[in-house]
Amino acid sequence: MNPVPKYISQVLTKSYVMAEMEVRKLLHDPTELATRAVQPILWLGIFGEAMSKARAIPTQGFTYMQFITPGILTQSITFVAIFYGISIIWERDMGLLQKILVTPTPRLALVWGKMISAGVRGLSQAVIVFLFALILQIHLQLTLFSITGVIILTMLGAGFFTGLSMIIAALVKTRERFMGIGQVITLPLFFASNAIYPINIMPEWLQVVANVNPLSYMVDGLRALLVTGDFSQLPLDIVVLFAATLGISFASAYLYPKVIE
Amino acid sequence: MPTILTVTNLTKRFDDFTAVDAISFSVERGEIFAFLGPNGAGKTTTIRILITLLAPTSGEAKIEGYDVVRHPAEVRRLIGYVPQMISVDGMLTAYENLMLMARLYDIPFRERKERIQEILKFLDLEDHARALVRTYSGGMIRKLEIGQTMLHHPRILFLDEPTTGLDPVAKQNVWDHLLELHDKFGTTIFFSTHNMDEAEDVCTRVAIMNTGKIAIIGTTSELKEKTGNSEATLEDSFVFFTGNSLRETTNFREVRSARRAERRLG
Repeated sequence: MNPVPKYISQVLTKSYVMAEMEVRKLLHDPTELATRAVQPILWLGIFGEAMSKARAIPTQGFTYMQFITPGILTQSITFVAIFYGISIIWERDMGLLQKILVTPTPRLALVWGKMISAGVRGLSQAVIVFLFALILQIHLQLTLFSITGVIILTMLGAGFFTGLSMIIAALVKTRERFMGIGQVITLPLFFASNAIYPINIMPEWLQVVANVNPLSYMVDGLRALLVTGDFSQLPLDIVVLFAATLGISFASAYLYPKVIE
Repeated sequence: MPTILTVTNLTKRFDDFTAVDAISFSVERGEIFAFLGPNGAGKTTTIRILITLLAPTSGEAKIEGYDVVRHPAEVRRLIGYVPQMISVDGMLTAYENLMLMARLYDIPFRERKERIQEILKFLDLEDHARALVRTYSGGMIRKLEIGQTMLHHPRILFLDEPTTGLDPVAKQNVWDHLLELHDKFGTTIFFSTHNMDEAEDVCTRVAIMNTGKIAIIGTTSELKEKTGNSEATLEDSFVFFTGNSLRETTNFREVRSARRAERRLG
């Protein structure tokens, strides 16, 4: 076979293998899914309820709860993903990573495998958020089209933040430092986005940050699909996220093997 | 006998520290080759270069004629590697761990199940195949790790301190399987250890590494002879050739992960 098609078919089949094993691990011990449910429930149930009483934030004619649900969904997906990269430090410490790197597996396949499995975890977050939204009687547009869109955006967003976290892991190399940096990165990204307030009420310098923050594009896409029904920006959201995720997967495939050095 | 591994002037420097200092040696096909030396002697660094995980600063290493730097893909299909730490996934079953490796090594769909069953039987793990590996004992984990690297029938198997942290019974059991494997497939075995008895019992040749250099290489009886003491043990010759100079270069992370591995294995 030609080297290029062979490489691509190797990346695809091996990514699938890596992702399948990650999903199997999740199925062997699903308790993690339950603990991950706590955070979005707190944000929606407490923060959301409290802020919607204040009526301080302009939300384009929708309730504040409707406005922030896509934001909270994005936040919980990206938080799951950003701490996913720490698994390569853990696997390095165990020797698992070394063993996989010694097999003829393309480096990119391990990144894509992790991205896909983080996406699957992200989808379970989406189910939790949707169920909770139902309980709180937050009206969301759940059609075949919007759900397909949510799945695509979830996979891309989770993929981007998984790639980012693998790069951080490769640079900091230890779990302790990663935990510190993970916190420092996730919260600012969350606050410098349109997740819980619209970009136009931010100070100007923050608007600049919010406009290059991939999290904003994910929130924007999800908000269009689930709440506003205004799909004019949706292609842009998907294209930006797709490009960012693809780009970061290459950077990550190049950098993460350095975690063993 | 034909050579399987040739190392020529291999050097690895980390900043101003020379971990591996221009070493040259070769290993014949079918050998059981022990790499002895104190902690920080450069054993693990050498192995990591040979298995394509680390680029050397200079010099070269070839496995079956393939340069480990220029042809890593070819080399990876020829070798198997068992790291010092735990390299099986505790959250998966033994069967899944083997299936993962079978698929990563592109073993054809039709042969996978058969090879996995063969290995489970060989390692006496058939009854535990569907149990999560985190419930396994240290000896079972090590055996499974060796099994994982056997699926693709490697020509040469690298083991980094394969029995560190195992009790004597488990240690014996692991070696029984390794030797059987060696006899059955003619697999060359290359392992590092600081356990003298282990090296003496099984290996065809020994290389003693110290402060990045190979102090001496040969059969165990040759090594003993060269100390000039007719009653020398391998332990004595080790002290004789290394000058007992244990360098303190093991860092916190290595100690921590080694301890963690030992705790989990034991």
